[in-house]
Amino acid sequence: MSRLPAPMGLLIDRDQPLRFSFDGSDYQGVKGDSIASALLANGRWLLSRSFKYHRPRGPLTMAGQDANTLVQLPDEPNVLADAHPLSAGMDVTGQNFNGSLDNDRDAYLGTFSRFMPVGFYYRSFYKPKGMWKVWEPLIRKKAGLGVLDLKFQPQYYDKAYLFVDLAVIGAGPAGLQAALTAANAGAKVLLIEQQAVLGGSLTYARFDVEGTRAERLRGELVAAVEGHANIQVLKQATCNAWFSDNYLPVIQGRRMYKVRAQQCIVSAGSFDQPVVFRNNDLPGVMLASAAQRLMRLYAVKPGQRAVLLTGNDDGYLAALDLHEQGVQVAALVDMRQQPADMALQSAVAKQGIACHLGSTVFEALHEKGMRHVSGVDIRRITAQGQVAEQGLQLDCDLLCMSAGYMPVYQLLCQAGGKLAYDEQKAEFAISGLPQGLAVAGSANGRHSLDNVLLDGTLAAARAVAALGLDAGIGERAFSGEARVNFDWPIFPHPKGKDFVDFDEDLQVRDIVNATRIGYRDVQLVKRFSTVGMGPSQGRHSALPTARLVARATQRSIGETGVTTARPPFEAEKLAHVAGRAFDPYRQTPMHRRHIQAGAKMMPAGIWQRPAFYGKAEDRERCMQEEARHVREQVGLIDVSTLGGLDVRGPDAAELLERMYTLPFKKQPVARTRYALMTNEQGVVIDDGVCARMADNHFYVTATTSGVDRIYQQMLKWNAQWRLNVDITNVTAAIAAVNLAGPLARQVLEKLCEDVDLSPEAFPYMGVRSGTVVDIPARLLRVGFVGELGYEIHVPARHAERLWDMLMAAGAAFGIRPFGVETQRLLRLEKGHVIISQDTDGMTHPGEIDMQWAIGRKKPFFVGKRSIEILEAQPLKRKLVAFTLPKDSPQPLEGHLVLKGADISGNVTSCEYSSSLGQIIGLAYAATDQAEPGMQIPIRVEGGLVVQANVVQLPFYDPQNLRQEL
Amino acid sequence: MKIMNCPLNGPRNISEFTYGGEFKLMPDPASCSDAEWADYVFNSDNAAGVVREWWLHNASSYWFLAERHTVTDQIIRTFDAKEIFTQRVEFTPPTQEIAG
Repeated sequence: MSRLPAPMGLLIDRDQPLRFSFDGSDYQGVKGDSIASALLANGRWLLSRSFKYHRPRGPLTMAGQDANTLVQLPDEPNVLADAHPLSAGMDVTGQNFNGSLDNDRDAYLGTFSRFMPVGFYYRSFYKPKGMWKVWEPLIRKKAGLGVLDLKFQPQYYDKAYLFVDLAVIGAGPAGLQAALTAANAGAKVLLIEQQAVLGGSLTYARFDVEGTRAERLRGELVAAVEGHANIQVLKQATCNAWFSDNYLPVIQGRRMYKVRAQQCIVSAGSFDQPVVFRNNDLPGVMLASAAQRLMRLYAVKPGQRAVLLTGNDDGYLAALDLHEQGVQVAALVDMRQQPADMALQSAVAKQGIACHLGSTVFEALHEKGMRHVSGVDIRRITAQGQVAEQGLQLDCDLLCMSAGYMPVYQLLCQAGGKLAYDEQKAEFAISGLPQGLAVAGSANGRHSLDNVLLDGTLAAARAVAALGLDAGIGERAFSGEARVNFDWPIFPHPKGKDFVDFDEDLQVRDIVNATRIGYRDVQLVKRFSTVGMGPSQGRHSALPTARLVARATQRSIGETGVTTARPPFEAEKLAHVAGRAFDPYRQTPMHRRHIQAGAKMMPAGIWQRPAFYGKAEDRERCMQEEARHVREQVGLIDVSTLGGLDVRGPDAAELLERMYTLPFKKQPVARTRYALMTNEQGVVIDDGVCARMADNHFYVTATTSGVDRIYQQMLKWNAQWRLNVDITNVTAAIAAVNLAGPLARQVLEKLCEDVDLSPEAFPYMGVRSGTVVDIPARLLRVGFVGELGYEIHVPARHAERLWDMLMAAGAAFGIRPFGVETQRLLRLEKGHVIISQDTDGMTHPGEIDMQWAIGRKKPFFVGKRSIEILEAQPLKRKLVAFTLPKDSPQPLEGHLVLKGADISGNVTSCEYSSSLGQIIGLAYAATDQAEPGMQIPIRVEGGLVVQANVVQLPFYDPQNLRQEL
Repeated sequence: MKIMNCPLNGPRNISEFTYGGEFKLMPDPASCSDAEWADYVFNSDNAAGVVREWWLHNASSYWFLAERHTVTDQIIRTFDAKEIFTQRVEFTPPTQEIAG
């Protein structure tokens, strides 16, 4: 198949043939072809079958903007044939047909269209209830698009980040001019273009009778842009959305650029609009711009004998293009009474082209099988949307149409831009853009080339001014220009098939009927009829739909508007947006030792901690053995995850007085004190110990999961209080262990020489600074597990050595490590609550017997006033201790406590204690169930109710003798 | 993604910040009524218009204030809390406690 001579064929290299196949037949294209241009060059027009009626379809836009060109590649479905580059050996097939693309057995569906009115599927298959499940697979198969290759080879997709002064979206005349103007003023510019070449309409359209200006101008602009040091160009790249403050996802190949632009100009152009008439979807019926693209970009002659239907002067220029390339133009049909520029009419007439003014194509004609347009029925327009009874029939194999333009408004509307309909120009215009975003060129309603260029210049001048630069350009006036939109290019036919939406096979009556059924709002019309929901997302259907809905509901087109534009602008692959999954977790600096010792690890907040040491299936035995070891000998637990805050400064004690419930000003140096924190609602949110290291220095511990929040709260309060204090979160800098058990002192004595460890010199609740062998350490005597114990806090880098030295020194005393689950059992035996396990978002100190921890004489602490108010009210529930016999079913956390038919509380902790030989636990219960000696019914697994005995805390060592040894 | 101008760190992506609630001044806890205190603790104005809010820059743990229009989501300005809290805040002990 021969191609048109140069300069036609901007994108192709005639010397590099490429063989490929489509639907089983072999074809030859050339390098630079799209799949569709190569097929059209071979005379193959039927590329797909329509979604609903299986009508034959060929390219409409030749710009990747319509669903007619969706084809199947072996590893990729729903490929746009007019946008996808051809490659050697490509195996392309059609999709959505039954039998073959040329002889689709489902094409009969078109003849049933009057039985498939708008909303057909909703109305026919959803009743009776449940029937949709039966119908859906059958309907989906009939309407199915491509097929996924389940054996696909994963490919690498990545992200890149760009930061620029100005992003220009669309490299047509306005975009090129804007980029140049801004770059010349010193701005760093990113120019984003969907096509493989720069120039936009300059690459395919004609702007003057001579037909020379576009190419000359394009050459000048592109040379200046591509050589400019301040301009980065991304070709074959799509800005697929606009997000706040010009955050732009730009997809190019297998990469997504996340672009942050200080200023952004959208010069994305406008979409050529089809005319609505019967059979306007036949292969061979295409937009005038599509025929121009075929010739100028691919050197493909779009037909032998053409009819051109237009509503503006551009149609005359397209007719001249066709004529020059040897296409016989049988008629130029202008819907207007006359062209705006009469010189065009004489230029066309000079070529022997007949003009039919005030007329339209009423029906595109075809032969059996509807495989290609074969002629037109031309009628005079008698009134809006109405035509004369009789017309003129002409043969043709190409029908080009252009009803006007719709701005590419999608990104602008995502940014909050509003569309208003200008009745004078019959065009939508955009306003209300946020700061830093502008629109230029035909997207801004400028259509003459001089105005487009000036609009680009002025938009860039304003953008660089906002950047603090000067383009040295004053405001200049635009020249007048002719209207480009015909106000009513819709000609309903009594027999229908006058398509408004090609993707969804929607005809004029479908839209009108949707309004008659009661859907007046264009958003509802969309949802009911599915107009604009197809792959082309309303690029060609939004304008006629707005017009039809407006007229059917007696409103203005401006009032009717268009449906909401949302990202993405065009289809994007999940691979483009998918990221690597991060599941961050933290390990303590002793982590390796736990693994080596065979620990079963568990998550604790974002930390990994040893649950116990042994196999998962030996949980119960390991826990009980470890617990007994702590009670009888000595154990070692890694408590590095405990939060640590260093509070220093003259107001350190004052800050803690305000943050925690107890007073701290009179706390002696070298002593620790329990610290309970409530929020402003009086709810208990954290606890720990405050160790006073010096007058102006406290070391405060916080819960593993709470410390970050507590730290932030301290900083937030002190942003208001302005106390002279410095707060540092030292959690990660410090590693800690708890050496616990009756033999703990003997173990530590072997390693610590500079601290007198005797009970008299270093009593319970004391804190000392010293060294463990040679490691500087803070030693805290605490009693969380209820035995003699030393928390040893050291710089994290010494963690493993500390662990090793303690294990070695303890060997003679039978030391063994114990895990978090064992610790939870041990503390439960002592009745110590764990904040956020035994408390919830409502717990105040009175409910957990913590009134003793309230510093009532302090003028203030966070939560004080709320606690006072709560305490003045009757208590609603209370945390109680309960026991059950060893052989009873064991309640789990969350099991309900009952009171008659009501729920009065829930279990928060429950374990079997081998030290006590019974099941022990904590639970919320009603206040009149909470006295020791009472029984509370707990509903356990399987609905069984057990009667638990309420007892006094602690379960173990009630005199607290052991921890104070 | 939105950009917020941190008074300490300059303009950063909004994902680096945490919202810290509506800014409101605490009534004097020693003298206000229960109803006033409850209103302060539990109720938010949720106004449509320019509001003052607490924001935290996560990476630097820095709290500051922002004035933001809740309808347009435009951040009008951000500033350090010391612009409002010009001096050390003191709490006076309730008189009956001292008497007791």
